Amino acid sequence: MFSLFEIAFYAVALCIIVFSVLAVTTSSILRSATYLLFVLLGTGGIYAILGYTFLSAVQLMVYAGGIIVLYVFSILLTRSSGTMKYKIRRGKMISVLLTTLVGMALVMFILATNGFALNIIPQGVELPVEKIGNALIGTEKYQFVLPFEVMSVLLLACMIGAIMIARKRN
Amino acid sequence: MEIEVHVLHYLVISTVMMFCGIYGFFTRKNLLALLISAELMLNATNINFAVFNRYLFPEQLEGHFFSLFGIAIAAAETAVAIAIIINVYRNINKILTDDISEMKG
Repeated sequence: MFSLFEIAFYAVALCIIVFSVLAVTTSSILRSATYLLFVLLGTGGIYAILGYTFLSAVQLMVYAGGIIVLYVFSILLTRSSGTMKYKIRRGKMISVLLTTLVGMALVMFILATNGFALNIIPQGVELPVEKIGNALIGTEKYQFVLPFEVMSVLLLACMIGAIMIARKRN
Repeated sequence: MEIEVHVLHYLVISTVMMFCGIYGFFTRKNLLALLISAELMLNATNINFAVFNRYLFPEQLEGHFFSLFGIAIAAAETAVAIAIIINVYRNINKILTDDISEMKG
């Protein structure tokens, strides 16, 4: 008998697969961004099912809240919201399909023959935020203050860089 | 209470997502659509980090933090890439990869 969490997992899985296929095959770019939003929401759902609720919240805020808005704005700014039905040469299309399908089959084969036997995680046990906070500001082994600080410098640098690149010159 | 979902099911989802991104990266010509495909690939790797952490090493937090930092880096990368794309569009009024060939040797 399926529990509620398992049903939720398979619903999210179906949603992710369908919408990620749609996001790369639809011919309207605004629709593509919307399907990407659904994929990102589904990814947040998977993190929540795994018990990483903090990571799920970060995913929802940064991706679904921030990046998608950025995409929609830039799509409207660049007037690229028209159709995306381009002529792709037949040879190229065949090679792309071959690469993708063979690659996917190869990875699936490796995964299936690797012999993962793990299939149980505790339900409803979330990672406490206190533990995350301590690991983020600690300096000992398995603690992450250095990457955290490097990340803040990187974000500052790229914020300044983005403003410098995109500003109007006169 | 426990959730009985085989770890393979998560990996199948992320594999499909990854190769959708690769397909989109090969076939799309709009720069923003290329970036959307790159987002799909980044998300697939983040799912893998979190899943391996949860199933294989539930006491550790490395995969969790890799996903967290991956999300931050993806946000930074998207911001800079969109700034560059908008600047390119402002300068030459084009957004398709076929039209942008100034720096092609």
